Amino acid sequence: MSRQSNRTTDSKKMNAELFTLTYGALVTQLCKDYENDEEVNKQLDKMGYNIGVRLIEDFLARSSVGRCQDFRETADVIAKVAFKMYLGITPSVTNWSPAGDEFSLIMESNPLVDFVELPDNHSSLVYSNLLCGVLRGALEMVQMAVDVKFSQDTLRGDNVTEIRMKFIKRIEENLPAGDE
Amino acid sequence: MAIFSVYVVNKAGGLIYQYDNYVPRAEAEKTFSYPLDLVLKIHDEKVVVSFGQRDGIRVGHALLSINGVDVNGKFTADGKEIIEYLKDSTNYPVSIRFGRARLSSNEKLMLASMFHSLFAIGSQLSPEVGSTGIEMLETDIFKLHCFQTLTGIKFIVLADPRQSGIDALLRKIYEIYSDFALKNPFYSLEMPIRCELFDQNLKGALEIADKASNFGPGS
Repeated sequence: MSRQSNRTTDSKKMNAELFTLTYGALVTQLCKDYENDEEVNKQLDKMGYNIGVRLIEDFLARSSVGRCQDFRETADVIAKVAFKMYLGITPSVTNWSPAGDEFSLIMESNPLVDFVELPDNHSSLVYSNLLCGVLRGALEMVQMAVDVKFSQDTLRGDNVTEIRMKFIKRIEENLPAGDE
Repeated sequence: MAIFSVYVVNKAGGLIYQYDNYVPRAEAEKTFSYPLDLVLKIHDEKVVVSFGQRDGIRVGHALLSINGVDVNGKFTADGKEIIEYLKDSTNYPVSIRFGRARLSSNEKLMLASMFHSLFAIGSQLSPEVGSTGIEMLETDIFKLHCFQTLTGIKFIVLADPRQSGIDALLRKIYEIYSDFALKNPFYSLEMPIRCELFDQNLKGALEIADKASNFGPGS
């Protein structure tokens, strides 16, 4: 992962494996601390949420993307710009619901789970749940309430990793002026 | 100093950061003898000149210091009422400094929330739907530029009217905010920004913008 070249901080390339190791250490420590997969999933989601509310500003500052007018545009921006910028992968957007309020992001590879195998006693652990929290937090800061969950996971035997995102509503409180 | 100040306002309209980059040039210190030929009055807890403009001392200037010691509102540093002090001929000759009173932080907070409300008027007055809020406010001394992010944070820069490149500066300040304020895990969102690195980098960005400007008030 490299940083943009127009930054005032020095441009650092960090080893992606260090990132994978860090995330793995985080999840295993949470498992030891909570000993309950559901609780760990919740904590990962909360942590992801805190990352998301901050990451969105970094994303907006660097990508100069304007406000998305509908959910399809949002899906495209998430898949083609955001995932590319932060994880270096471009998931595909598919399985739109008839009402256009739900879609799937299909990832062939997930950088968080390189080298990971889930043991049998953690079968209900959603290892990459942090990503769901990040997406939820980031979209909430731009006034969209969404529900994000993993519907397929390579760690649990599926072929691909699939994140299902559902639009719940636009958050009307505290809308920035000029966006009604 | 072509960039005068930077204000950052959160979603709710509260001021979370403020930086002043100017030195009021119009300050005058003079020695006076009894009787004082300026007419002073109390306004907003400060002593201001109401009549008798001369020698760089303008109407509206506040009394900043007496004999080199800064005053405290309408009292001197040792607690005497200024108006009474200046009526006493034994205190003369006295050296008084007048200048434009700086805004106190409470006043700045109030003005920032007022601006937050006015900002919305820009989009409400618009004949077409989808207008942004107020982006620029111009007076003959300065231009105020405002940039609102999609998340509702406003970055406001007061600059010399002839200064160009403020849009790029606003985007740069947004980047600095997303880096040094948000990536600091100990900074809570929407709270006043008290991050050293943010201050340093902001000053650096303002210096670069100043140098890049071809002109500015002579220093």
